[in-house]
Amino acid sequence: MKFRWWIAGYLVAMALVLIAPLASPDPDGLERVAEDKGFIEEGDDAPYSIIADYVFPGIENETLATILAGWIGVTVMMVVVAGSAYLIHRRNGREAATGQASG
Amino acid sequence: MTRIYWNLFRATGIRPLHAPDGFFSIAVSSVSWGVAAIFIFAALRVAGRQLNERMVPALGVFAAFIFAAQMFNFPVAAGTSGHLVGAALAAIVLGPAAALIVMVAVVSFQAVMFQDGGLVVMGANMLNMAVIPVFVAYGVFRAGRPFVRSHGSLIGLAGAAAWLSVEAGALAATVQLSLSGTSPFSVAAPAMLGVHALIGIGEGLITAAALTVVYNSRRELFRIGRVVPEAVVK
Repeated sequence: MKFRWWIAGYLVAMALVLIAPLASPDPDGLERVAEDKGFIEEGDDAPYSIIADYVFPGIENETLATILAGWIGVTVMMVVVAGSAYLIHRRNGREAATGQASG
Repeated sequence: MTRIYWNLFRATGIRPLHAPDGFFSIAVSSVSWGVAAIFIFAALRVAGRQLNERMVPALGVFAAFIFAAQMFNFPVAAGTSGHLVGAALAAIVLGPAAALIVMVAVVSFQAVMFQDGGLVVMGANMLNMAVIPVFVAYGVFRAGRPFVRSHGSLIGLAGAAAWLSVEAGALAATVQLSLSGTSPFSVAAPAMLGVHALIGIGEGLITAAALTVVYNSRRELFRIGRVVPEAVVK
């Protein structure tokens, strides 16, 4: 059994989330320009909220809430994107196996 | 130690980063959605031919890593921060089609789950943070590739490609803002390109650092997208 390098990659991403709460709270490039040039008010709030601003709702400690939000995000990304890639790969393999596929 | 970490966190909190609904007009948003959809469709088709068993988990890892890295805003100037886009890193390791899929997944997931970036303007955000930086970084890297002879020149080229990819995305956002009537081009362009020139330095450094880590730890992954020249890896 070969070492699963992608498990290490996933764990690196999970560890990276631990520095996210230390992120600069200053506005980023676009937001800064929007404030300076007076169009920040044009922005609308989202019509709903799930884990708005990377803070998991209902947790008082914002640090924990941010880390939890990040860990959920990292895990979902890993599963959904690798899963989609697997499906794309497998479908292609089946097409190749059955000779010429449509299109 | 634990307490220092905890206290450092308390005052912060992640801010919304990507363009919210309302920044771009309905016309600009619709056209952007259409253009982004064409690129996504094309990327899925090309990736279908390119993906192999080793690339499947790599796409997941890159999406997870880029999502995590985008949460971390670094300071670039007084009162201003920036964060990684990651398109250049993905394009250089995975190739443009797989990189596009990864970046589109990150940007759309951020908008839908984390209310980071609007849903109406999501097509524009995909152009600015996925399609345009992926192809600019890939184009610059391909153009400079014949001159890459060593690991050092490879890292330098990747950093330059990453810097330009951020500026290109910022320029695209500026054009969308002016076409939308949100901010005139002559007003927004110097500000957007100026601040993103600084953010691009961070993008270049993080891209170079991440490539160095991959190079030193899992060298066989380096050419998984067949973009990095073979001569450098041996």
